[in-house]
Amino acid sequence: MRYLPLTPADRSEMLAVIGASSIDALFADVPAAARLAGPVDLPPHQGELEVERAMGRLAARNRPAGSGPFFCGAGAYRHHVPASVDHLIQRSEFLTSYTPYQPEIAQGTLQALFEFQTQVAALTGLPVANASLYDGSTGCAEAVMMAARVTKRSKAVLSGGLHPHYAEACWTLAHTAGVATQRLAAAVDAEAAVIDAIDADTACVVVQTPNVFGTVTDVFAIAEAAHAAGALLVVVTTEAVSFGLLKSPGEMGADIAVAEGQSIGNQLTFGGPYVGLFACREALTRQMPGRLCGETVDAEGKRGFVLTLSTREQHIRREKATSNICTNSGLCALAFTIHMTLLGEAGLRQLAKINHARARLLRDALAAIPGVEVLTPRFFNEFAVRLPRSATAVVNALAADGIIAGVPVARLDPHAGMDDVLLVCATETTAHVDITDFAEALTQELAQ
Amino acid sequence: MTILAVGRPTRSDHDIASEARPETEGHGLVQDEPLTFELGGWDKTGVDLPEAELDASDLGDLVRAARIGLPGLSEPETLRHYVRLSQKNHAIDLAMYPLGSCTMKHNPRLNEKMARLPGFADIHPLQPQSTVQGALALMDELAHWLKTLTGMPAVALSPKAGAHGELCGLLTIRAALEARGDARRTVVAPVSAHGTNPATAAMAGYQVVEIAQTDDGRVDIADLAVKLGPDVAAVMVTNPNTCGLFERDVLEIARLTHAAGAFFYCDGANFNAIVGRVRPGDLGVDAMHINLHKTFSTPHGGGGPGAGPVVLSAALAPFAPAPWIVSGEDGLHLIERNEGEAAQAFGRLCAFHGQMGMYVRALTYMMSHGSDGLRQVAEDAVLAANYVKARLSGDLTAAFPDGPCMHEALFDDAWLEGTGISTLDVAKALIDEGFHPMTMYFPLVVHGAMLIEPTETEPKREIDRFCDALLRLAAAARAGDVARFKGAPFKAPLRRLDETAAARKPRLRWTA
Repeated sequence: MRYLPLTPADRSEMLAVIGASSIDALFADVPAAARLAGPVDLPPHQGELEVERAMGRLAARNRPAGSGPFFCGAGAYRHHVPASVDHLIQRSEFLTSYTPYQPEIAQGTLQALFEFQTQVAALTGLPVANASLYDGSTGCAEAVMMAARVTKRSKAVLSGGLHPHYAEACWTLAHTAGVATQRLAAAVDAEAAVIDAIDADTACVVVQTPNVFGTVTDVFAIAEAAHAAGALLVVVTTEAVSFGLLKSPGEMGADIAVAEGQSIGNQLTFGGPYVGLFACREALTRQMPGRLCGETVDAEGKRGFVLTLSTREQHIRREKATSNICTNSGLCALAFTIHMTLLGEAGLRQLAKINHARARLLRDALAAIPGVEVLTPRFFNEFAVRLPRSATAVVNALAADGIIAGVPVARLDPHAGMDDVLLVCATETTAHVDITDFAEALTQELAQ
Repeated sequence: MTILAVGRPTRSDHDIASEARPETEGHGLVQDEPLTFELGGWDKTGVDLPEAELDASDLGDLVRAARIGLPGLSEPETLRHYVRLSQKNHAIDLAMYPLGSCTMKHNPRLNEKMARLPGFADIHPLQPQSTVQGALALMDELAHWLKTLTGMPAVALSPKAGAHGELCGLLTIRAALEARGDARRTVVAPVSAHGTNPATAAMAGYQVVEIAQTDDGRVDIADLAVKLGPDVAAVMVTNPNTCGLFERDVLEIARLTHAAGAFFYCDGANFNAIVGRVRPGDLGVDAMHINLHKTFSTPHGGGGPGAGPVVLSAALAPFAPAPWIVSGEDGLHLIERNEGEAAQAFGRLCAFHGQMGMYVRALTYMMSHGSDGLRQVAEDAVLAANYVKARLSGDLTAAFPDGPCMHEALFDDAWLEGTGISTLDVAKALIDEGFHPMTMYFPLVVHGAMLIEPTETEPKREIDRFCDALLRLAAAARAGDVARFKGAPFKAPLRRLDETAAARKPRLRWTA
């Protein structure tokens, strides 16, 4: 077996040193009734070639986004990732290292995390960012719990523009801890209704911008209303490229910013692994979930980096920890950091502009189709359209023609009463011909 | 100076050892490297993008006017920066990484290659299910392997790491109890448990009660029986446990737990020790998470991502969170919502369907090993740990000397008594020997714990090198060579770092 270096001779020698008669003797503590006599009922080992063939056959039964016109967003976005990003994250020293618990021999990971935290702080416009969470949705749930701890209140107001999966992940974590989640009605411009839901029991208001329908909102007034009521404002962003064009959560008064970082450096990969970005005001630092990397010096006074403020974490605080998170998204965070370094501010701003411009071209093309109504008033790179029939049926029909037309709202939230609404997205990977092909196919489909 | 016939000097005539080290930035192959924020420019970029066809004037004052503060680097500068950083990391591919409880085994590169096939890497979680039948088949196949290896009838795939899996398991248990109108408020776990166990129980809304440990490092059954009241929802036990020992009385633990109306949660972090040889389903386990990044070789990546699928007993299966896969006439379907046949499920753990990239890697690994190879994995892992224990026990003090250990060997710091040297010092001195230290000060039940997990992918000569190094250090400690320990590491890219200073005045981002 190619991954197992011990030879039969090694095994005999080692058993002799141990003083054990056989391997079985080492398993003597296992109750006899639970010892399997032989291999379980699964296929035997295979060579690289055979495994590669089998996996290749499975992969071939999927339609990659890059194989034709493609317009899905809604929390996961197709962007171009430079070749050097994937090369660097596959370096053994990054790929095959553990959480940097021994900082003297983990400065590579730690310095990259310090750069990541600085980048996330800059993007979100808030001073403190952690070293990543699993993804945006779990980060959102953690933000709700953190707000409840900070304010000692037990209700979270969730905007109707929050991604339904995020709202559901919040409910899962919050309700077990006795924190209520008040989810407002889904609407393209849902943020307007948020302020009226804030009361004296509100720990936080969670708003997403651009929201799940693509709508971009200046949440400054919501921040003021939340703060006046003693509540925190959590701002969620699922498309990190939008930070290159739109006002940051911090500039608009957010206390906590949560984002999905997949768009920068990470592939779609059917939903994971992704990387959760999490930032907050300085005064809230010690209530944050997850790891933090901090600067220090070594015994000779040279600058170095370590994991710090770990008295918040499970391995020290156990049941009193701010979260149970241990393993996070280190390598995805590294991919984010490297891609962001390649982009720089100039590249990110340009990339964001291109995304916005492509989405406007898509909007113009779809708006010209009889029966199609564009619903989103102001957007970044995705928006909602109303079709004259079930969006799911249209998406399925177009998929048969090789066009992945977007995400029906009904797939995310069948109870929103929006069965005829489709979410569409364009990025720098969307070619003009993709847009014209889509518009043509949709025109024909709706004419039938 | 000696000169070769061709005129090239071959060696210095000076006594090299006596010469002072020059003041330089970095040494040898390890370069000092500033932060990108000290290297890059605000206008510099390493990507070439087309001009935007339109400006963003339609967004008015929603547009970000102020500078973001992100430096950019060209591609060669970016490569050099991160390659230089990488060379300051220890890695499995470099040398043994015997972090107990972490299972730092070899990460096969075929896994990486398969995860990057466009059919897996470039598919969107919400594109029509008819266009991702291969992905659903892969998830179904992974579920089949996990269920067969554990002897459990169901699995929830979506948890994103071990701790997330624990949360999934406890929330499933909570939902099952609530469904029978039997809300309970307590979870019991041994004092030796991973910190994630009590932290997860608290997150899931439970009080945590600790169970005592016996002198031979196992759950104290008598104490468990006392604490198993009608308010206990679950017993959380790691098996093999965090002392590296198999819980001999596991069947009795299960029996007592079930007799009290509670569920048996097994922390599967140490599944590597028994994979292919023991099925947790045969031990009476109701729920167990599996760290794909431990047992099934997906890379740790400097702290993640992982994946923590949870296998479940028949009693818990109806309460598992969506999504899962069912087979229909027109192919496979992903059940994404808690409705219809999933009406009892507890809810959603996260957006989308879990860690597909990790599923591909883990299944690739499983298929490579097969049922025979996986059994050999457990055997070699246990053999290697017992070999380490045997080789070191004369000089170090094994925490539980009697009987075999499983996949990791646990030592305490009794052998350091009177030397003035601590477990931390030994760990730092091991760095100078070229190894990553073992897990230190965990589990908490052993004083100055040193937990060594060699894994099955270490060649014997590497294990011997590691043991030789520790034996050298033991001799040095006995000889009173305290400076070798207290000053360590001497040969790492940096000397010992001041973690106290970092926490006292946190600097968590770069500022000009």
